[in-house]
Amino acid sequence: MTDSPARPRPAAPKRRRSLRLGPLTLLWRTRPLLVALCVFAVLVVAFVRALLSFDDYPMGSADVVRTLVGGGDSGETFVLFTLRMPRALTAALVGAALGLAGAIMQSLTRNPLASPDTLGVTWGASVGAIAVIILGGSTGQVSGLVSRLGVPVGALVGGVLVSMVVFGLAWSSGLESTRLLLVGVAASLFCSNLVYWAMSWTQVQEASRAQTWLTGSMHAADWDRVGPAALALAVLLPLSLAAAHALRALTLGDDSARGLGVRVERARLLLLLIATLLACVAVSAAGPITFVALAAPQIALRLCKLAQPPLVTSALLGSALTLAADQIAAGLFTVSLPVGVFTAVLGAPYLMYLIVRRHREHHL
Amino acid sequence: MTEAGASSLRRPRGPVSLLGRRRRAAGLLLLIALLSAAATLSISVGARAIPPPEAWRVLFSPDGGEASVIVRELRLPRTLLGALVGLALGVAGVLMQSHTRNPIADPSLLGVSQGAACAVVVSVFTLGVTTLSGYVWFAIAGALLSSIVVFALASGGSRGPTPVTLVLAGAAMTALLTGIISGIVLLDERSLEVFRFWRIGSLAGRPTDVLWQVLPFLLAGGVLAVANAPGMNILALGDDVATALGQRIRRVRATGVLAIALLTGAAVAAAGPIGFVGLMTPHLARAIIGPDHRWIVPYAALLGAAIVLFADVVGRVFAGSGEVEVGVVLAMVGAPVFVALIRSRRLVSL
Repeated sequence: MTDSPARPRPAAPKRRRSLRLGPLTLLWRTRPLLVALCVFAVLVVAFVRALLSFDDYPMGSADVVRTLVGGGDSGETFVLFTLRMPRALTAALVGAALGLAGAIMQSLTRNPLASPDTLGVTWGASVGAIAVIILGGSTGQVSGLVSRLGVPVGALVGGVLVSMVVFGLAWSSGLESTRLLLVGVAASLFCSNLVYWAMSWTQVQEASRAQTWLTGSMHAADWDRVGPAALALAVLLPLSLAAAHALRALTLGDDSARGLGVRVERARLLLLLIATLLACVAVSAAGPITFVALAAPQIALRLCKLAQPPLVTSALLGSALTLAADQIAAGLFTVSLPVGVFTAVLGAPYLMYLIVRRHREHHL
Repeated sequence: MTEAGASSLRRPRGPVSLLGRRRRAAGLLLLIALLSAAATLSISVGARAIPPPEAWRVLFSPDGGEASVIVRELRLPRTLLGALVGLALGVAGVLMQSHTRNPIADPSLLGVSQGAACAVVVSVFTLGVTTLSGYVWFAIAGALLSSIVVFALASGGSRGPTPVTLVLAGAAMTALLTGIISGIVLLDERSLEVFRFWRIGSLAGRPTDVLWQVLPFLLAGGVLAVANAPGMNILALGDDVATALGQRIRRVRATGVLAIALLTGAAVAAAGPIGFVGLMTPHLARAIIGPDHRWIVPYAALLGAAIVLFADVVGRVFAGSGEVEVGVVLAMVGAPVFVALIRSRRLVSL
């Protein structure tokens, strides 16, 4: 799916500056770089703000800095290192992982609807997590390690299993993207109906807990969840950047990619695995946060005025969106709502605005 | 592209093409037979099984007995509703996939289902509406409103809505409404209590009023969809070619979106968001009949109706004492069938 160009561009091609390092050539594009820097600035501001004022505990910026370097009293240390820091880090890492996963999936399939939600990852993870919530909740038998790690582990297992099933079923001498998407959507619908059905059978309190998880929530953020997300991002972000050239070639179509020297099937499988793992880890840490994986890449490519979502900017945008939404979620109501409510409420109008604005530009 | 579709495109006009048309019409008759079988099963299977001959007899000459009451007052309305919902979702799925040129688009994509769901949740939360026929008006209003907003957002510029802007505006609207719904049902337990049952999608316990409430919307949507079919054939060539051929793209898209909103809104209002049929039926119909929308639309209508009725019957048979909702059955049985279909043939690209 590509947008047909509005009108032919003026003929004279712009000379692009480039950086050459041995065999590597990097194009110098000013606008995407500026956008990335701006989004990064927003991310930093949101992160600092999260550390400064996430809850009612009175801590000035001087106190926070003092506590960060190890000079705070026990209350301040607890608030900063047990409550605020893990939550902010989880939001930032999970948002980045979802944004990156969405960007890879959308580029690979050339379909703006492709995201962990449509490829079966999210709903597979949901089946695992909801099974733990509902089975564990109604028997009242879970405690200790299982209640702390049961939901994330269940989500991880469910997500990985269902994605493997989707890949296996979609494979027929290669992963053709339409087939992959259709199998993914079928798996998602299968799993989502299973979840909804299970939720209609339980007590309403458990259904409410399940709904909170399904919306994506930072309530349970702790260091146990930061660790895997940080590790996954640390390994998979460089890998995906290394594969970015192949990804860009694949968006031109399989034949062109082959002509450019890309091993098409291998590259596609590798990129899909990267995206799926990122999504699995993110969803297991905080639940399927609504809309981030779909919106971050689309907003990023519109801000940068590129044809395909830029990977790093998508990750940064996902991160900033999730952090900002989590602060609104924590601060706006007396009953704190899950972050997923606000990623959609923040992200959707902005994406709509970008769609409308682009039309205006065409109009001129 | 299926063999039949490809070969009939290559053939010149004349007696040979007439043969193709005859074969397609015969297929249509076959589907009508299938739908009748599904309807017969639907009025005879249930907690009290009534043999099909007796069911037919009491249907046309009521004798006031128990079987007669069950068939005429419970199973007939339910069967009609199921058939209409399936028909609407099948046709709306075809329109949606063609207008967005996206194989994974389903009728709920323009925010139609979530608009209906959001309106239902809001009506429970603010007005305390509790009856199914009370939700219907809210659901239809919500569905129409959200799809109008999506269409307006997607068609801001001189070129009108493109497939990409339609998809994205729809996805954004869906996410926004999902967020609002989640917020409300988490703040208000009573809304969650209603919503968690409503969203599964079921034909059970719908009073006959619901059928009459949604029927005008379904009819209007159906007429628009049939009128839209030739236009969709030309739009399938791409916006530029369609413009060059003198097609008014904006008008065709607007007609299509209105038809989708009416059909899906009415179906969702009556039975809740039944997910799978709108995605699967268009692919099934295209696999059988090829790329001509004038044929895909009626095929998808009959297939959708038959699929929903069969799923409803399966849900009644396999659940033992209670029943499994039709939405769940469709996903559990439909997903494997759909995957098998995808694997077995080359896909028709949109």
